[in-house]
Amino acid sequence: MRKIQTKQQKYSSKKTTLLFSLLIFLVGLIFVTLTIGSAKLRLSEVMRVIAAKLPVIGEYYRGEIDPIDQKIILEIRLPRIILAVMVGSALSVTGVIFQGLFRNPMADPYVLGTSSGAALGATLAVVLNSNLTLLGLSSRPIFAFVGAMLATVLVYNIARVGTKPSITVLILAGIAVSAFLSAITSLLLFFRQEEMGRIIFWMMGGFSYCRWSEVKMILPYLLIGLLYTGRFSRELNLLLLGEEKAHQLGLEVGRLQKRLIFAAAFLVAAAVSVSGVIGFVGLVVPHIIRLLIGPDHRSLLPVSAVAGGIFLLIADTLARIIISPAELPVGVLTSFVGGLFFIYLLRKSKRAG
Amino acid sequence: MGDDKQNIEIQIQGLSVKYYKETILSNLNLEVAKGSFTGIIGPNGSGKTTLLKCISKELSPVSGRILIARKELSKISTKELAGFMGVVPQKWGANFPFTASEVVMMGRFPHLKRFAKESKHDRMIVREAMTQAKVLALADRPITEMSGGELQRVIIAQALAQSPQILLLDEPTSHLDINHALEICELLKNLVLTKGLTILAVFHDLNLASRYCENLILLKEGRVYVKGTPEEVLTSENLEAVFGVKAIIQQETYTGKPYVFFFPKVEKKDIHLKSLQ
Repeated sequence: MRKIQTKQQKYSSKKTTLLFSLLIFLVGLIFVTLTIGSAKLRLSEVMRVIAAKLPVIGEYYRGEIDPIDQKIILEIRLPRIILAVMVGSALSVTGVIFQGLFRNPMADPYVLGTSSGAALGATLAVVLNSNLTLLGLSSRPIFAFVGAMLATVLVYNIARVGTKPSITVLILAGIAVSAFLSAITSLLLFFRQEEMGRIIFWMMGGFSYCRWSEVKMILPYLLIGLLYTGRFSRELNLLLLGEEKAHQLGLEVGRLQKRLIFAAAFLVAAAVSVSGVIGFVGLVVPHIIRLLIGPDHRSLLPVSAVAGGIFLLIADTLARIIISPAELPVGVLTSFVGGLFFIYLLRKSKRAG
Repeated sequence: MGDDKQNIEIQIQGLSVKYYKETILSNLNLEVAKGSFTGIIGPNGSGKTTLLKCISKELSPVSGRILIARKELSKISTKELAGFMGVVPQKWGANFPFTASEVVMMGRFPHLKRFAKESKHDRMIVREAMTQAKVLALADRPITEMSGGELQRVIIAQALAQSPQILLLDEPTSHLDINHALEICELLKNLVLTKGLTILAVFHDLNLASRYCENLILLKEGRVYVKGTPEEVLTSENLEAVFGVKAIIQQETYTGKPYVFFFPKVEKKDIHLKSLQ
């Protein structure tokens, strides 16, 4: 008894340590990335600008700040950095949800066509120039949500023909649905050529247009999506044992699956409507975290959320500086890394039989 | 008679199940007494697994009703059911590396509130279940690195961690070596004797079923062909009618239970003679 308990405690304290170190690392990383860009700023400058914004101690710093630096830091770099972290979290957690839902470590919103569905929805919103709002939420994420939901339900039902979704059928269904939806998106663009350049750049995945308004736009989606998913971490664990076993342990499997698809579509919609299609974050991050701390969703979900933010922030910062002063769409970068990773996983799973 | 009704844990009336257009179970009636160890036997396709899946609410019947502890099964929620019924499926595996103790702890799910942490009490039950199923030594091993027999015992431990009153098992010994098979059967027998569990298990091995079960149910083409004690069920007439083979029944000297020897029907004379020499 004592032996098991101490091992479990050691294990869970290791997970908590990892979560907190990642959080601290993320905060540090945000400060460092604030200094990086075409205008090079010193870390002390960044600290001063941020400190001036804080209550109480802010008083002491207000006088010494260059207004241009302040504008660069607070209005250009900070919202972009925060968005990269938010979108990284959303995509990474969506990956975790899909991998649990399909009981396969290779499921990912990009591979399964959910991102394409969201992209189609968001494009439709732009093309229709819709000003519709619902409960204060703007139309682009709502359209993206509906698109993501439809795409996922479609892929899920195609792949579930048998009793258990097989990964081959799943990926094929994802490719087919993805291609179909992208074709419709292209068709829409064809009829609205004046918007094409902007939409295509957005769809390649990037944060260059992002300001505080985008942060505000997706914040409610992200918070609701993450908190809602967190409720189901124990249930996700059961689901990994297979639908039958989960049922035998008392889980209403069908109801949980619907809720998870809903949560995933919510998160993908948030991500895609600000930064287009950024692939493979949901594949790479949870996979690495699972290797480090095991498959228990009670720690996998929060750690993946933070690690996803870190991953995408690093990727976006690289995208900003690699071919400076021009900028690479970050989606190109993540797909480059993630695509290779996917091929590696595919080979590994083939070997495992 | 009144006492008998009190003691019935599982009651099945007129149960029919169809899969696509094929009838799997037709108008099946069955009663399982509380605190008994009952074995289900019958050839492939006779509906053994389907019967278990109906009782565990994984399949819904076309017609008929199932009462568990005199309560209509359709009115028992999935989570409530899992709080007193453990199920050990025939084949099970997972491709995520949970450790054995994590998997067994999941058996506590029906008893936990949504955000409640596992208590000391839960850990104690898990440990007891793992001791009973002899998997305590595997506690920290990932299930992805286990043999079929080890997995089977882990999943039995998980079912025991549900603190069940009823245990359904689908060929619990089919992946096990003979020593582990006997250990599991002894464990099941003890659970019935000491904790009053009701156990309903599908058996492939008629002689294991004969040795350990108080009652046997012989299924043929989705119906109960005969039920009763091993002596009543395991007769050469019954086995020939259901399995289509020649069977010789002898009394096992060690336990006094019937022991079955089989011979193919077509060449029964030849083999019969040879075996007598």
